[in-house]
Amino acid sequence: MPLKGTFLETWLLGFLSPSLTDFLLNLVMAVIVALVATLPIVVLTWMERKVVARIQDRIGPNLAGPYGMLQAIADAIKMFTKEDTMPAEADRVVYNIAPIAMAAAAMMTYAVFPWSPGVVGADLNIGVLYFLAMGAATTVVVLMAGWGSNNKYALLGAFRAVAQLISYEIPQVLALMVPIMFAGTMSTVGIVQKQEVIYALLFPVSFLAFLIAGIAETGRSPFDLLEAESEIVAGYHTEYSGMKFALFFLAEYAATFGVAVITAVAFLGGWRFFGLETRLPFLAPIILVLKALLIVFVLMWIRGTLPRFRIDHLLAFNWKFLVPLTLINIVVVAIVGKVVSGAPFGVQAVVLLASNLVLLFGALAVLGAAGRRARRQWEERIASIGGVSS
Amino acid sequence: MRNEFAFIGLLLLVTLGLNSVILFVARLIRPAKPNPIKAETYECGIEVVGNAWVQFKAQYYIYALVFVIFDIEAAFLFPWAVAFDQLPLFAIVEMIIFLLILLAALVYVWRKGDLEWV
Repeated sequence: MPLKGTFLETWLLGFLSPSLTDFLLNLVMAVIVALVATLPIVVLTWMERKVVARIQDRIGPNLAGPYGMLQAIADAIKMFTKEDTMPAEADRVVYNIAPIAMAAAAMMTYAVFPWSPGVVGADLNIGVLYFLAMGAATTVVVLMAGWGSNNKYALLGAFRAVAQLISYEIPQVLALMVPIMFAGTMSTVGIVQKQEVIYALLFPVSFLAFLIAGIAETGRSPFDLLEAESEIVAGYHTEYSGMKFALFFLAEYAATFGVAVITAVAFLGGWRFFGLETRLPFLAPIILVLKALLIVFVLMWIRGTLPRFRIDHLLAFNWKFLVPLTLINIVVVAIVGKVVSGAPFGVQAVVLLASNLVLLFGALAVLGAAGRRARRQWEERIASIGGVSS
Repeated sequence: MRNEFAFIGLLLLVTLGLNSVILFVARLIRPAKPNPIKAETYECGIEVVGNAWVQFKAQYYIYALVFVIFDIEAAFLFPWAVAFDQLPLFAIVEMIIFLLILLAALVYVWRKGDLEWV
């Protein structure tokens, strides 16, 4: 824990017992972790609006401060001062607890992020499993929000949201298995320390599958059926306004940044950058944040580019493409990894990368063939009923 | 000695408390003028028809069931993955057979039509 051995600990030990000092240091660390989890929303809301605006050939917010950077503060003031309407026969307990629980689950994932070799909230030896579990805790909260709102559309939106969230858990977990296999540990600090070569270069299939599953888990576009304004109003958070809605919003952005940080940790090497972090240790958290922001930028780029998926396409993509792909990926990587485990490291890296690329292009070829066959069947059906396809 | 999971428990209480404090502060600041029109359930501008607690579509249950199967499989995969470096070839082949059995289960569910969104 980074606070041990600092002046704070020695000052507290001066007049408190060691166990109470321990407890107070833990408390301070917990408050710091929770406050760090609220920082992404400030940067990410501004970044998202600017990036998506530029992709859509407009400027985005530029009035609230230089380049619109104080827009988040303006939004926060709005959220605080908006009236909070509760639907008439809503289930009060569930309705009120849902935003608190969602934001709490999203904030708790920040405990295992390795900002720097000594600075991590809790170096659990099940680090990434804890992250996945906390991310999955938001699933039941979505159902709480939809159920407690006493609104058909919120409930339907919550059902669909839960179907999407649980479906995309599987490729997320299976894709993350591959870095765990090669790092030999589930601890986030351990995975970063073992990455001499970043795992995105060795295992592109896992990287892409984890990224796609992560986008779907946080409910971002193009998987944003959970909150599609034009389709089911606002899904499970239709009946929320004011600060409760702001807590859902905070949870979503905290989760987005969280997924980006875990992708950077597991696949892009965390705080490593060609040895720079050992010479200048204060750069390590900055490197991690920059890598995470790079992934967040890619997520926003995808958001601005792709149209939304329909629920049946989304679930079919998961169960019929991503899950078999990640399962076969584990099998292939396990076989190849054991076969080349004696060879020098360069040979290992090249062989693993080659096997991954073969798998990727093979999967895309299978997908293409299935698509062509489906299209041919469709055209035969049109022609057989005397259609006018040219 | 610092127990890592005690920290996690404390973090849970702190985050729940922090969010409750945020909501409480908002409650002090915002206006509160409830009236029955505002408290009506939103249904795209029309009068609410029927009970809100709609019937649950059975297909969601099927997805949850398939999810449980694969989640248990993932739970078995975790210790194997952590010990991957030290395992002999026999253990690798054994786990691959396990994965292939579950892959066959996925193909069975697929061909049976249980993965369609009806």
